[in-house]
Amino acid sequence: MLTAVVTLALLGLTLGLLLGFAAVRFKVEGDPLADQIDAILPQTQCGQCGFPGCRPYAEAMAKGEAEINRCPPGGQTVIIALADLLGREPVSLDAEVGAEKPKMVAVIDENICIGCTLCLQACPVDAILGAAKQMHTIIESECTGCELCVEPCPVDCISMEVLPQQVIHWKWPYPQQSTEARPA
Amino acid sequence: MTRQLWKFHGGIHPAQHKEESTRRPIAPATIPSELVIPLHQHIGESAEPIVKVGDHVLKGQEIGRAHGYVSASVHASSSGMVVAIEERPIPHPSGLNAPCLVIKTDGEDRWHAPTPAGDYVEMEPSHLRNLVRSAGIVGLGGAGFPSFIKLNPTGKVIDTLILNGVECEPYITCDDMLMRERADEIIAGAKIMRHALQAREVLIAIEDNKPQAIAAMRQAAIDEPGVEVAVVPTRYPQGDGRQLVKVLTGREVPSSGLSSQIGIVVHNVATAYSVDRAINHSQPLISRIVTVTGDGIREPRNLEVPIGTPIQHLLDLCGVAENVERIVIGGPLMGYAMLSAHVPVIKTSNCILVSRKPANPPAPEMPCIRCGACSDACPVELLPQQLYWHARAKEFDKTQEYDLFDCIECGCCAYVCPSNIPLVHYYRFAKTEIWAQEREKEKADQARKRHDFRQARMEREQAEKEARLAQKKAALQEKPASPEAAAEASDKQAAIQAALARAQAKKASSPDGASAQSGLPDKETE
Repeated sequence: MLTAVVTLALLGLTLGLLLGFAAVRFKVEGDPLADQIDAILPQTQCGQCGFPGCRPYAEAMAKGEAEINRCPPGGQTVIIALADLLGREPVSLDAEVGAEKPKMVAVIDENICIGCTLCLQACPVDAILGAAKQMHTIIESECTGCELCVEPCPVDCISMEVLPQQVIHWKWPYPQQSTEARPA
Repeated sequence: MTRQLWKFHGGIHPAQHKEESTRRPIAPATIPSELVIPLHQHIGESAEPIVKVGDHVLKGQEIGRAHGYVSASVHASSSGMVVAIEERPIPHPSGLNAPCLVIKTDGEDRWHAPTPAGDYVEMEPSHLRNLVRSAGIVGLGGAGFPSFIKLNPTGKVIDTLILNGVECEPYITCDDMLMRERADEIIAGAKIMRHALQAREVLIAIEDNKPQAIAAMRQAAIDEPGVEVAVVPTRYPQGDGRQLVKVLTGREVPSSGLSSQIGIVVHNVATAYSVDRAINHSQPLISRIVTVTGDGIREPRNLEVPIGTPIQHLLDLCGVAENVERIVIGGPLMGYAMLSAHVPVIKTSNCILVSRKPANPPAPEMPCIRCGACSDACPVELLPQQLYWHARAKEFDKTQEYDLFDCIECGCCAYVCPSNIPLVHYYRFAKTEIWAQEREKEKADQARKRHDFRQARMEREQAEKEARLAQKKAALQEKPASPEAAAEASDKQAAIQAALARAQAKKASSPDGASAQSGLPDKETE
């Protein structure tokens, strides 16, 4: 009886120490789940989800504090990927945060721009080039289409334009939806 | 004497329909009033226009220069005036517009004075490649990959140059007619290519359904050591480079690799012909042979067409029947339907197939019955059925596990499918979706990097600002402690007191002006 109790107690103590040591020694820095979620999000940094950027939203989802359907730029594709990763049911986009839109790019009307730098400060990815009292312009290839620069502009010279479709980026439509452009 | 041949998996034997367009010899197409020359005619980068609107250009003059590595120049196919550089519809399944140079022809068809290249035997292979590049030569078999890249052995030893004259797809006969009528030029081009690659032998592969082409090529190659005509049994899709390498050599090109890795380079016979024109005659690639055929054409034939000729112009030359249902560019298996005939012929347009409305409408698409006929027919030994299920369900990672990108889109699976499922369409859909996702992922990574950098920069600026403020505060607190500063402060105080006294004295002496000047002394006291 006593032997059994002592043996189990010793065993428990040893394994407990081992686990305790492993927890300190192999501690993972950061949040790997948040990293995985962040990799799925489109990085528009638009804040439409209610969080200040993609990373904070990813962290909230990792903690289970946010729903997976609050990313309008990602749309249904991102919702399905997130549902897959987190083992949740795919749901449709929360209407409260907005609707899925085609890819857009901001365009500054350079005749109106007064060079106030307010949009420079709003851009989350430094995609606007300019200086005080100098004309500003958007670096199109870096623009994520987040629309954050539109509102601060005091002279309303920034507009969002749908990216024109290019031949090299054209996608074959899903077969059942199309009858005209079919492979012969 | 007969060469040992190997077999590739699967394949089909569709009805040939080649006789219709081989009854008449190749004829030059008349020059249209307007040529539309796209700046982007192949994989890789667009050419950059080097002429302006209003410029007069001559036939063969370079009008768009190769830009980037995977690129080739474009030339004016006839003389005339550049009237526009703008977006026009191009032959592409999307039906979208792309930048084109528009030339209003003057009907004189005057040549640009050529600079003779000299004898190729004395040229460095790299110089030859540059000439091929500036002559705008791309693979004329269909994919249109710039040929100078495929003439660069890149340090590997190339033992065999295969000239592809297989032309296995039904209806298409442009290579067949070219071999029948211009065999000597093809052999001359092949010798130049062999020199550029420093290859040991040249194999010209022709399917056994083209006896006249075989005879002509054999005749032309009779006195050429190291040039051999290899006759292969007719089977689709033998004309694909990988299948052809397997049949002729028994070797397999590695997945997502190039045939040059196993010492073989494959070029189309028409490409060899253009290389001969460019090097021996100083004529860039400004025309190609196009098969205009199908039951919707009254006089099916092959035409030598200036690049940029609208397809409608060719249809007018050959006559279109009534009840035309659709116009396909390329063959019936790998081509794509066009929405309009107002698109130009480009370097890769080998065939215009016009079909009438069939008497019996095609059978509707039915559910897959898992018969496995597609797997038996697949020349790449993929599992088309699995690819179909996953592409249909948009499970793109699974399609890649089943090697979607090894699919050559030959259409054998869809041809044998008893349920008439447009299988290739599903694969093309999946491929372009995957490419789009990869592009988006790249863009997202870039945006994340820039956002993180910005956050870090703002934190750093904030920290620097705080540090500066703290420093200033500390400096202010330290100052009064020193005796000089204290003395200075008392001096200031004395000056202010003196000024106050002066002001009061002034106020007392002139009571009228006091109200007007009261602001100044008040400010001084502050």
